Amino acid sequence: MGEHRRRSAQTTGKLFFLSVVQTEVPPLFVVEFLHRVADTFQDYFGECSETVIKDNVVIVYELLEEMLDNGFPLATESNVLMEMIRPPTILRSVVNTLTGGSNVGEKLPTGQLSIIPWRRAGVKYTNNEAYFDVIEEIDAIVDKSGTTVFAEIQGVVEACVKLSGMPDLTLSFMNPRLLDDVSFHPCVRFKRWEADRVLSFIPPDGNFRLMSYHVSSQNLVAIPVYVKQNISFLETGSCGRLEITIGPKQTMGKTVEALMVTIHMPKSVLSVNLTATQGSYTYDLTTKALIWTIGKLNPQKLPNLRGSLSMQSGVPKPEENPSINLDLKIQQLAISGLKVSRLDMYGEKYKPFKGVKYLTKAGKFQVRT
Amino acid sequence: MSASSAFNDDKGGSSSVGEAEYAYDPVSGKIFSSDYNRHDDLKEMLDSNKDSLKLEAMKRIVAMIARGKNASDLFPAVVKNVACKNIEVKKLVYVYLVRYAEEQQDLALLSISTFQRGLKDPNQLIRASALRVLSSIRVTIIVPIMMLAIKEAASDMSPYVRKTAAHAIPKLYSLDPEQKDQLIEVIEKLLADKTTLVAGSVVMAFEEVCPERIDLIHKNYRKLCNLLIDVEEWGQVVIINMLTRYARTQFLNPNINESLLEEGSGGDKTFYGSDEDEDEDDDEKEKEKKAEAAAMAKRKPYVMDPDHRLLLRNTKPLLQSRNAAVVMAVAQLYFHLAPKAEVGVIAKALVRLLRSHSEVQFVVLQNVATMTIKRRGMFEPYLKSFYIRSTDPTQIKVLKLEVLTNLANETNISTILREFQTYIKSMDKDFVAATIQAIGRCATNIGEVRDTCLNGLVQLLSNRDELVVAESVVVIKKLLQMQPEKHSDIIKHMAKLTDNIQVPMARASILWLIGEYCEHVPKIAPDVLRKMAKSFTNEEDIVKLQIINLAAKLYLTNSKQTKLLTQYVLNLAKYDQNYDIRDRARFIRQLIVPTEKSGALSKYAKKLFLALKPAPVLESPFKDRDHFQLGSLSHLLNAKAGGYQELPDWPEAAPDPSVRNVEVPEWTKCSSREKRKEKKVEKPFYSDSEGESGPTESADSESDSATASDSRSGSEESGSGSESESEEDSESEEEEEEKKSKKKELKKPVQESESEQSSEEEDRKPEKKSKQQKSDSESESDEDEESESESSPSESEDSESEAEVKKKKKVAESKPPSKPVKKEKKEMSLLDLDDFEPAPSPQVTPVNTLLSNSLVTDLEGLSLSDSVLSPATIAPSSALKNYELLHRITGEGLTVEYCFSRQPFSPDANMVAVQLQFTNNSSSDTKSLHMEDVKLQSGMRVKEFPEIELLPAGETASAVMGIDFCDSTQAANFQLCTHTKKFFVSIQPPVGELMRTVFLTENEFKKEQGQLMGMNEITEKLTLDARCRNEHAIVQRVTAAANLSRVPCGSDKECRFAGRTVTSSSLVLVTVATREEGAAQLTVNCEKMVIGTMLVKDILLALTQ
Repeated sequence: MGEHRRRSAQTTGKLFFLSVVQTEVPPLFVVEFLHRVADTFQDYFGECSETVIKDNVVIVYELLEEMLDNGFPLATESNVLMEMIRPPTILRSVVNTLTGGSNVGEKLPTGQLSIIPWRRAGVKYTNNEAYFDVIEEIDAIVDKSGTTVFAEIQGVVEACVKLSGMPDLTLSFMNPRLLDDVSFHPCVRFKRWEADRVLSFIPPDGNFRLMSYHVSSQNLVAIPVYVKQNISFLETGSCGRLEITIGPKQTMGKTVEALMVTIHMPKSVLSVNLTATQGSYTYDLTTKALIWTIGKLNPQKLPNLRGSLSMQSGVPKPEENPSINLDLKIQQLAISGLKVSRLDMYGEKYKPFKGVKYLTKAGKFQVRT
Repeated sequence: MSASSAFNDDKGGSSSVGEAEYAYDPVSGKIFSSDYNRHDDLKEMLDSNKDSLKLEAMKRIVAMIARGKNASDLFPAVVKNVACKNIEVKKLVYVYLVRYAEEQQDLALLSISTFQRGLKDPNQLIRASALRVLSSIRVTIIVPIMMLAIKEAASDMSPYVRKTAAHAIPKLYSLDPEQKDQLIEVIEKLLADKTTLVAGSVVMAFEEVCPERIDLIHKNYRKLCNLLIDVEEWGQVVIINMLTRYARTQFLNPNINESLLEEGSGGDKTFYGSDEDEDEDDDEKEKEKKAEAAAMAKRKPYVMDPDHRLLLRNTKPLLQSRNAAVVMAVAQLYFHLAPKAEVGVIAKALVRLLRSHSEVQFVVLQNVATMTIKRRGMFEPYLKSFYIRSTDPTQIKVLKLEVLTNLANETNISTILREFQTYIKSMDKDFVAATIQAIGRCATNIGEVRDTCLNGLVQLLSNRDELVVAESVVVIKKLLQMQPEKHSDIIKHMAKLTDNIQVPMARASILWLIGEYCEHVPKIAPDVLRKMAKSFTNEEDIVKLQIINLAAKLYLTNSKQTKLLTQYVLNLAKYDQNYDIRDRARFIRQLIVPTEKSGALSKYAKKLFLALKPAPVLESPFKDRDHFQLGSLSHLLNAKAGGYQELPDWPEAAPDPSVRNVEVPEWTKCSSREKRKEKKVEKPFYSDSEGESGPTESADSESDSATASDSRSGSEESGSGSESESEEDSESEEEEEEKKSKKKELKKPVQESESEQSSEEEDRKPEKKSKQQKSDSESESDEDEESESESSPSESEDSESEAEVKKKKKVAESKPPSKPVKKEKKEMSLLDLDDFEPAPSPQVTPVNTLLSNSLVTDLEGLSLSDSVLSPATIAPSSALKNYELLHRITGEGLTVEYCFSRQPFSPDANMVAVQLQFTNNSSSDTKSLHMEDVKLQSGMRVKEFPEIELLPAGETASAVMGIDFCDSTQAANFQLCTHTKKFFVSIQPPVGELMRTVFLTENEFKKEQGQLMGMNEITEKLTLDARCRNEHAIVQRVTAAANLSRVPCGSDKECRFAGRTVTSSSLVLVTVATREEGAAQLTVNCEKMVIGTMLVKDILLALTQ
């Protein structure tokens, strides 16, 4: 496999993928390919960890053999790969032992030859369904006084399409003008988007990311919660105080769920003694991470965390307060206001079952203190 | 620990997978425990007849290889199985072979015959994999066999096998470079291949084997450009990188005029010199261009080669790719090849990549950092995207800081400094140090904030963290060097710090400062030296050197007080352990202390030591990195990596463009027109080749359907695409014209002729269509012929004059505005039918409906730009855009279009008037057209149009309805009913249609604007589109985008517009202030912020595209 390569590594979880290159090659080319390899492992084995790879070393070999030829990517679409090398399932291995069959496809996958390599031929389902998840993440930096320094929305449309044959789908939005910058799965016809602002595509089979988009900070970004905080370290003595309250701000009438606060404390904070009116908190002594899991945000009774921090004595007080990272979820809401208006299917006769879900999450949501 | 037990441990991992597979074989457990026999047993299994046993054995062997164990002694047993029928066994044998063949060359030869047989197999997968393995076996003896196999495979009928052949080329080349010439032949052949599958791989082979043979690309250039979008992503990256290099050798620098201007306008130099330091050479164009346009045109009019344009146009959509490598490749292509005005498009895509994994971020930020040095304006709007989060890894933080520093200018420096202030408090001390340096750089670059920065840094001196203080001292030293006389108090303050600061670098910096400016602090300096002399022996080397330095300088300026001290210090230094210090002491003593022996130099000691030293230039480490091709490994490492191909400089004069013409007998002469033509002709080739590679392809749409239909209409890609096309056309026409009438006359002012010709050009397109449509039975080939004849030079005159006539007609026709539009529409639809009805495959049909739809919209765009550009329609009210409400196909023959007529809706002034136009294309009459079931957002109201009783076949009727959108862009949904059918339709207004014009005087405008400040004001900087730099064009575009009226204005640098929203009558004020070089500022004042932001977006779009 990539025999002559030098440099460039990356991690997924705790695993490092290293590729060695000897000659000039675009670095992103390598990085992107390694990510694709990691994703493929994920698709095949459900997770990408050391044990899984050790257990499936033969399949890994076979996969890499198909994905690379002399260091140049060959087949990276997991649909095509799955046709060539079938993913391991218990059922299949039993069948194979009985019949002497193998995991390797005999024929060249049709996808490899066509200009729609992402879809394999002859897909059949009894229940034809197409689901789309519009997931938006709010990236924001909020400063001490509560004003937004920077906020933007990053969204993705994840699709799970299980349709027979060669369906040709058209997905349109109520308000496509919101989208500031988009990138597509290769299946999306770019010209249609340019002309009509609709997504027209022949989908890959199964799960895939149809599009990711960006709603810029020019459109006012709604910040769903506010944080009132007061963290102070006393000059004398070895303690500090902490008080945090979280309340709803612009939630569009939806409930904020899975609220979680993470604070990386300065090294000198030895332990914390806090009380939470809702949820529970943990303090990791080695990483100095204070995690407060709140759950649902009840607007009537705002969650509050307060108490004292005990500091290492004899060490000067930290000059900066740690920043607060927020995590939250809002179901059934795309915070940018993006709405799917309709999905049409051409090219096949049956009536598919369609569904759209919206979800808003906090991305890199940081409150400076 | 014996090897066997270690092996068992290892085994533990893999057995769990295998369990299900070989648990049935009770022996296997035993085999594994007996270490010495294990290979024998594997051999036994490999020799058995059962495929399952063989497979099992191979799996174990591969697992051994994976663990780094030597399995080479199994080679003979494994090689035998190369002919095994089980494909999985075969594949694993291949894996093994590739791994060990080089070690066991003789045995490897045994397998060759099998591969040779495999190369003839009817199954393309087997042919391909045989070639793959054969070419991967690094045994020199078989080079001729490989060569033969590659040559054969290069003409294989399966594109997959041809792709494999392309992959085999670099393998063979690395094994035996002497084969280069033969391999180049194969590459040449494969480059001519028309399938997308092969394109990427062969270009990769080209890059590896013969990147210098740029001549091989000429003939394939246009094909590669056109195929690019359909090539798989990895291929795209390689092709784009190669084409960047190619374009650099073949085309002229699109920014050449600017560099010429710099040389040419020597007299003006001082004037422009003043802003040059701030904004490089970005600002000068517009003004000078006007003045010198004529002169320039004579000297060297820059006309972009159509092929250059083709490349830029075809790569642009790839910015939307999900693959970061592709986006980066396009970004670097634009950076290196595009005219300045167009480079901006890449910024957005690059900023998007910042959301990706941190490795991607790292690479992208490196490149952005380089780009920001050259083209700062590009990333300025995205400043905030580079703000730093405390969770970013340090190297990302430092890079973001670098970008922020590069982006800093007078206008944004205050926000940036505020941001820096928060960074300084970070817990990540390396990052804090980097921030302080960044502040230093901002201070040197931007004079206005130097004092602020300095004060800020001085405050940091009292920081508790020593590193922070040290870093600040170093930076302050650099800043003070610029204007020391003003800051003696700071120097004093720093002198005090010597008691506390322990970081050597900081101490050294302070000492140097005091020594250098000892005249400013005459009292303190000797005292500092006294203290230092005391602690001399305990100091770090770097500090000691500076103490000697300080002593020397003081001795020269103030020898009375410091003579003894200096002697003392020099004596201490004389016996120092470090020879550098001893050396320095000796040297300085000779220089400053006059003795009999001291030479002439000591007279000049003062001059030597206290010479005026230039202030250090704090510059970005990314400066000059752009001589490496962006996005390359070499750029990332800032060192040349092996195999890096230099990006050549632009040529002085463009090489002959005709080399890219593909030889087709009819066209003998080269003219720009023919070039255009070929572009069109190539597409049919392309679709041919697709046909050959499998039936499934025809199911996919856009690209091939586009080729099928667009062969004539060239490459009007999308709404605005048509415009740019026409421009280009007219450019090339100009070129041609020039050739013809070289000495006859000078060119007319550029803009005039351009617009004239472009309108001509556009007129001609519909003309072509109508021709075609008239002769219904014309086939594809006829079409080609026709356009051919039209573009052949002999007839061009005719067609042009024809167009002229047509144009006149058109002007005459355009008086009743709705009619010609409608006519055109109808023609188009007929055209679709002709084109698509005979399509053979049943799968294609649905796609066609889609396509025809998009074609119509394309054409719609065309007709729109037509009306916008033609001088007859300057009045804003006539530049109406038609939107489709109901398409002919979904409407079963009924077409409905609507436009916002911009007339007041008389029944209700709060409503927007929408003019509907119904056309009955079906063969039967449509009765009782009316609307029903109106679904609206709360607050919205609709006044329905009166029912149309009868619409006979082929007739057209129009009606007006009113909608109160409540000043929102929410769609109004309703059902359109005929006597038989109901159609769901919706009307969504662009924000610009939600207002009506009002007339204000200049003073009223200013007054109102004054009241709509702060939150209600949105300001946006932009670069005007090249075709929209005069007042006239701006007015036209703004009024086309929004229903606003012009407000008179004294300055010709500003255009003002005013309107009121229809429902709430809130004022909307728009100001477009133009600056030099196409830069402009757009200001929108509106009480309704949402309307304001949306309007800004729309107008921005209208002005920049």
